[in-house]
Amino acid sequence: MSKTAVRPSALRAGAFAALVAASFMAAPSSVLAADPIKIGSVVSATGPASFLGDPEQKTLKLYVEALNKKGGLMGRPVELVLYDDGGDANKARTFATRLIEDDKVIAMVGGTTTGTTMAMIPVFEDAKVAFISLAGAIEIVEPVRAFVFKTPHTDKTACQKIFEDLKGRKLTKIGMISGTDGFGKSMRAQCLKVIGDYGISVLADESYGPSDADMTPQLNKIKNTAGVQALVNPGFGQGPAIVTRNYAQLGISVPLYQSHGVASKSFIDLAGAAAEGVRLPAPALLIADKLAGTDPQKAVVTEYKKSYESATGQPVSTFGGYAYDGIQILVSAIERAKSVEPQKIRDAVEATKNHVGTTGIYNMSAKDHLGLGTESFRMLEIRKGDWVPLAGVQN
Amino acid sequence: MLAAVVTSRLATLLFLALVIAVVPVLAPSSFYLRVASLVWIFALAALGLTILMGYAGQVSLGHAGFLGIGAYAVAVGPARLGLDPLLSFFLGAALCGLVAYAVGKPILRLKGYYLAIATLGFGLIVALVLHSEAAVTGGPDGIQVARITLFGWRISGATTWYWVTAGALMIGAALALNIAASPSGRTLRALHDSEVAATGVGVDVAARKLAAFVVSAVYAGVAGGLLALMNGFITPETASFMHSIELVAMVIIGGTGSVLGAVVGSAFLTVLPQALTILQEYEQAVLGLLIMVFMIFLPAGIVSSLKRFVLDRAP
Amino acid sequence: MSEFLQLVFSGLTVGAVYALVALGFTLVYNASDVINFAQGDFVMIGGMGTVFLAAAGFSLPLATLIAILAAVVVGLLLHRLAVEPARGASPVTLIMITIGASIFIKGVAQLVFDKQFHSLPPFSGADPISIGGASFLPQSLWVIGGTLAILIALWLFLEKTLLGKALLATAANRLAALLVGINVRVVLALAFAVSAAIGAVAGILVTPITLTRYDVGTLFALKGFAAAMVGGMGHPVGAVAGGLLIGLMEAFGAGYVSSTYKDAVAFVMILVVLFAMPQGLFGRRSLERV
Repeated sequence: MSKTAVRPSALRAGAFAALVAASFMAAPSSVLAADPIKIGSVVSATGPASFLGDPEQKTLKLYVEALNKKGGLMGRPVELVLYDDGGDANKARTFATRLIEDDKVIAMVGGTTTGTTMAMIPVFEDAKVAFISLAGAIEIVEPVRAFVFKTPHTDKTACQKIFEDLKGRKLTKIGMISGTDGFGKSMRAQCLKVIGDYGISVLADESYGPSDADMTPQLNKIKNTAGVQALVNPGFGQGPAIVTRNYAQLGISVPLYQSHGVASKSFIDLAGAAAEGVRLPAPALLIADKLAGTDPQKAVVTEYKKSYESATGQPVSTFGGYAYDGIQILVSAIERAKSVEPQKIRDAVEATKNHVGTTGIYNMSAKDHLGLGTESFRMLEIRKGDWVPLAGVQN
Repeated sequence: MLAAVVTSRLATLLFLALVIAVVPVLAPSSFYLRVASLVWIFALAALGLTILMGYAGQVSLGHAGFLGIGAYAVAVGPARLGLDPLLSFFLGAALCGLVAYAVGKPILRLKGYYLAIATLGFGLIVALVLHSEAAVTGGPDGIQVARITLFGWRISGATTWYWVTAGALMIGAALALNIAASPSGRTLRALHDSEVAATGVGVDVAARKLAAFVVSAVYAGVAGGLLALMNGFITPETASFMHSIELVAMVIIGGTGSVLGAVVGSAFLTVLPQALTILQEYEQAVLGLLIMVFMIFLPAGIVSSLKRFVLDRAP
Repeated sequence: MSEFLQLVFSGLTVGAVYALVALGFTLVYNASDVINFAQGDFVMIGGMGTVFLAAAGFSLPLATLIAILAAVVVGLLLHRLAVEPARGASPVTLIMITIGASIFIKGVAQLVFDKQFHSLPPFSGADPISIGGASFLPQSLWVIGGTLAILIALWLFLEKTLLGKALLATAANRLAALLVGINVRVVLALAFAVSAAIGAVAGILVTPITLTRYDVGTLFALKGFAAAMVGGMGHPVGAVAGGLLIGLMEAFGAGYVSSTYKDAVAFVMILVVLFAMPQGLFGRRSLERV
């Protein structure tokens, strides 16, 4: 079992409620057999971003569980102190403070959305504790902050990958339909920033709300825009699945590009036959079984896919993969640092070299707290309900 | 004797001051100070709402919209317009009052559920604007808030913020108590009891309601501004429907129309999620259940029920 | 023209679901003066219940039936355990009770089901039908037809059966209904049960198009509430008209103007309608004529 169950600090927080009645009581701090190493995490396991946060939470719990079964870290058990912020930045900030002040964790892997991550950053910077974020936006690591790292590709690299592919097909005029959630909006902005480098222009630029159930009005507008040669859909969750269905319903004939935000088998299930021919940039995780035996990522993605899917009964997604990479980078850093001192852990995380993760191969440095290139994305096409890597597009 | 103490205005303030003074002594770490600061901030917003709900008998299901306006004022003012953060803070509160006046004038003609849906719509529209106008508000990913400096002194740190928010709450509570005791407060309460009767004795019902709405919006705006300044980062989530609901729940759980009730309600709903983390995935279900149980069995709220309990036993 | 038609199809499909949710609001409101914010969660129970029962090996018709029954049971429990004990509480307190119930139902749903999105196979194929240059899914016909069928069934029930007449009588005047020997408690429970069933059916009809998840109820509740208000609270025809109107306005707004503020359409409309006609489009409680 994961060691997130009843903890004394939670009891104390409960008692805090009684403060108003001036009957404060502090529970005694527990003494565990072997002092556990405390790793903190705040994810959005519920709320609008739970599509991302839920697999992250499950992945972290599974990983720590497995780690403890293998004897823990440096002979000590690992305790994962995990909180759910519900997607609320204010709550995330409070939990971050709790991790630092009350739980006294030595590092943190979490922060599902860019909003919650940005709200939590000052807490970890002030406390000088390493924070490995699982959110997409580039401003998390640019400019570089001493204690902040992240594992997901930035949206920019996803855009570049899509545009490279478009350029290869000589398609230069696109229509865009983006989700208005944090993911969709941020990716749209990044795409518009780099689009000029590829000589591609946007003829129609539409959007949809995070819980919209029908995008035919917007797609119809794009369909009726003369000259559109391809359709790009930055978004995550159910939105892209509905866009794909509506795209097929309206009989739009130009190629459709999705993003890494849908990179989970459940997208194919939801979009059904409409997903046929859709292309998207995605990490190697999705095509674990199709990777060549010589592929450096083969072992790690197969291992993660197997353990996650057998434990949860749900298909792996890019987002769970980010959490897997995050906790693995942290654990390996602690092992290399041979210390639980936050400063030494931070230094070791920054020194991460050739770390093979599910998302890509990480090479961090003082100047790059992400350490992934565009090559970590693979261009996939959905054929007969399965992902097929596109030959010749891999760098 | 005891009855007089329990109900007097000064006693309320003294009691609040006592609690505020005791918390830092008992708090084991600055995390507890942060939670307490949040309690004070949301209590301030709930206080405003209790003026609207308890004194004027009107409900707003979109009050987080004003929280959002106040919060984004201190973020957007310095970042986009180059205004001083402190000035932005006051401008934000004033803006809330103005918006409340403009929106409230037509809305407050409506009654009951119609008022509820109109205010709900207002709150959603504010949240949507904060989401959509990314060029100004930073969009769904939120926006950084500049640190505030007063006379060259940078306000930061949990302890400082604890005292700032506690001070703001004390001022807000004193004002609310004075409003309640003033002649206009009394007419407001007459409104609550019977609009027809109030009109009959020559009260300008519409004007009083509007005044209560504007005051409650300013309270929420101040709370939002404090929240943004303390956190240093703000997202459109601040203005969400769920937050509006939370504010109303704070007022009712604490006890509608009671100053201490607003504080108790805020403490309850701010501390509860921290305590419920031990329940993990059951947290949502238990939270919903607790709200239901409180509404069903303590419709008068914690404070008035406690008061009645004490008074019944008073000699 | 083809664009206009496309938008009409889109608006009617989504609007029909809003209309059904609004209808549920209206029924409960008429019988008990309660605005039931958990109305949207019945839609979720219908959709998610069917998905999970079908996955568990039940045939689709049986799965839908059990899911509807489950929603009815939840509706009855909601009435018996949460609304009835709070009889006489203020409208705000009643709203908060149902919001608490909605949070509770979602909290339980994410445990019983999961947090993933799910879909159902369309009832009669996924090949779009083309009319006048616009194309729509056969499922849209199911949604619109289903809404019509429910409307007719509800009308027959209210006007032609004794139980339905008792419901109308209770809505018109509770005290008078009591006096003529109507068991008001049973009638109120009936209103909750019927509205839950309508919500669940809406959820089942629409899931093949819109997908479902444990928390889809909130949006349906907000839009459905808005639709009921636009139509004039307490008026069944108004609720349906309000739902369709909001669905159409959203589609036209997104298609002709901008999709950015699509979700605001319903609420801007409410503000406009309420300012012009403070009792909604269809006046107040025409049911009182009974």
